[in-house]
Amino acid sequence: MAMSPRKRAQVSRMAQYAVLLVLFVVLLAVADWTTLRQVFLDTGIMADMFPAVIATALKNTLLYTVAGFTFGLVLGLVLALMRLSSVGPYRWMATGFIEFFRGVPALVVFIALAYGVPLAFPGREIPGGIFGTVTVALGLVGGAYMAETIRAGIQAVPKGQMEAARSLGMPRSRAMRSIVVPQAFRIILPPLTNELILLTKDSSLVYVLGLGLSSYELTKFGRETMNQTNSLTPLVTVALCYLLITVPLSIVVRRMEARAERAG
Amino acid sequence: MTEPQLKPDAPAIVVQDLHKYFGDNEVLKGIDFHVDQGDVVCVIGPSGSGKSTLLRCVNLLEQPTSGKIFIEGAEVTDPDIDVDKVRSRIGMVFQQFNLFPHLTVLRNLTIAQQRVLKRGRDESAEVARRNLDKVGLADREDAYPAHLSGGQQQRVAIARALSMDPDMMLFDEPTSALDPELVGDVLGVMRDLAHEGMTMMVVTHEMGFAREVGDKLVFMDDGVIVEEGAPSDVLANPRHQRTQAFLSKVL
Repeated sequence: MAMSPRKRAQVSRMAQYAVLLVLFVVLLAVADWTTLRQVFLDTGIMADMFPAVIATALKNTLLYTVAGFTFGLVLGLVLALMRLSSVGPYRWMATGFIEFFRGVPALVVFIALAYGVPLAFPGREIPGGIFGTVTVALGLVGGAYMAETIRAGIQAVPKGQMEAARSLGMPRSRAMRSIVVPQAFRIILPPLTNELILLTKDSSLVYVLGLGLSSYELTKFGRETMNQTNSLTPLVTVALCYLLITVPLSIVVRRMEARAERAG
Repeated sequence: MTEPQLKPDAPAIVVQDLHKYFGDNEVLKGIDFHVDQGDVVCVIGPSGSGKSTLLRCVNLLEQPTSGKIFIEGAEVTDPDIDVDKVRSRIGMVFQQFNLFPHLTVLRNLTIAQQRVLKRGRDESAEVARRNLDKVGLADREDAYPAHLSGGQQQRVAIARALSMDPDMMLFDEPTSALDPELVGDVLGVMRDLAHEGMTMMVVTHEMGFAREVGDKLVFMDDGVIVEEGAPSDVLANPRHQRTQAFLSKVL
């Protein structure tokens, strides 16, 4: 029996719903809800985690991320302009830097900064202690990624913009600062925010530095609490805290994109 | 870096034996050309004839391969000259308008005044408003370019160039990207400018404008100037066969 295309699409959709329903029923039948709740959502443990999870852990995660992102953004802009330089050695240096730090795991960068710097420069240390080291480590990694994003953004600004600015007598650097870079940042706002979300998660790598209690960020805090309670609830709690940061960020980006669309 | 010594009594633009290559492709094959102070010179020709390249060489948006260009007596092809200084004396209007989309109309007109001419905020805004009024868009200073029609955008672009108080204006096919019904407003603004005595070099396909407003008409084809003269003369009695062929197609 031949089915019309519309009929066939309808049957296929019904089948998909049916599969979903079966999975759901199986899950309900198999799951031991009491145990699950104890392991993942023990409200007593959750309550005990407050207020430290917010006042210390969430605060530190935000602090590390914002500092690393800011450092990375400045570094990324410098690297992007170097990549676009007419002076060869600047281009090569920037390319080498970007390829290296994009290719190496962020964890390796953290370890190198934590143990390599004291060995390589005896008697010296990165200013700012833990906070300074996290800033540099996240900045190096984030900067390498953001450099490529910023470069793409600058190149996405139509050539006529630079020409119009130059024809008004602006020197190249002034035209870059006042005309091209502001437009580039509008274009790359979404990918930059994506990078911010990635750095939020990378900030958990700070544990390799060996932290005191007051320096705990979300992941470290969650793991320590988990060891004390024999429950996965602390991890679920910090996961929710991460979402507290990242979901609003996504919403903000969507708003910004919508507004940029209206302004044309 | 030398300060260009611009002399207001020298010819506005003088081009001597200008050659321009893009790779192996020679797009300008020895151009000799001048624009006198206060004149309106229209450059016409088929696409690919090199007319836009010639215009862009005049304010060095394209670097000539060889030859000399003088702006008001100062040689701008001299590698030591302060090009930005020369450019700030030459207004340029593009086919694609090239307004700054992230800035309001008013800011489009004031930013270079402030950054290049070092004018204050109030003075630059006053100059900008005067020029917006001149192009008939005094009420749109808070709009963003995307909210304007093509014709309005091009008039803002003209006002932006005028706000630098240039000695001359270059127009690169200023009406070619416009819907037909919007061309008239832009040409009207250009006509007013010409009647005020502005020195203008206009690459255009608008033969009516060239005939009515132009002091000189230049016909280019294949990288050379084929014919030049009074517009009515060239349009009515083209001497060269290539000019005749081109005009028979566009008139």
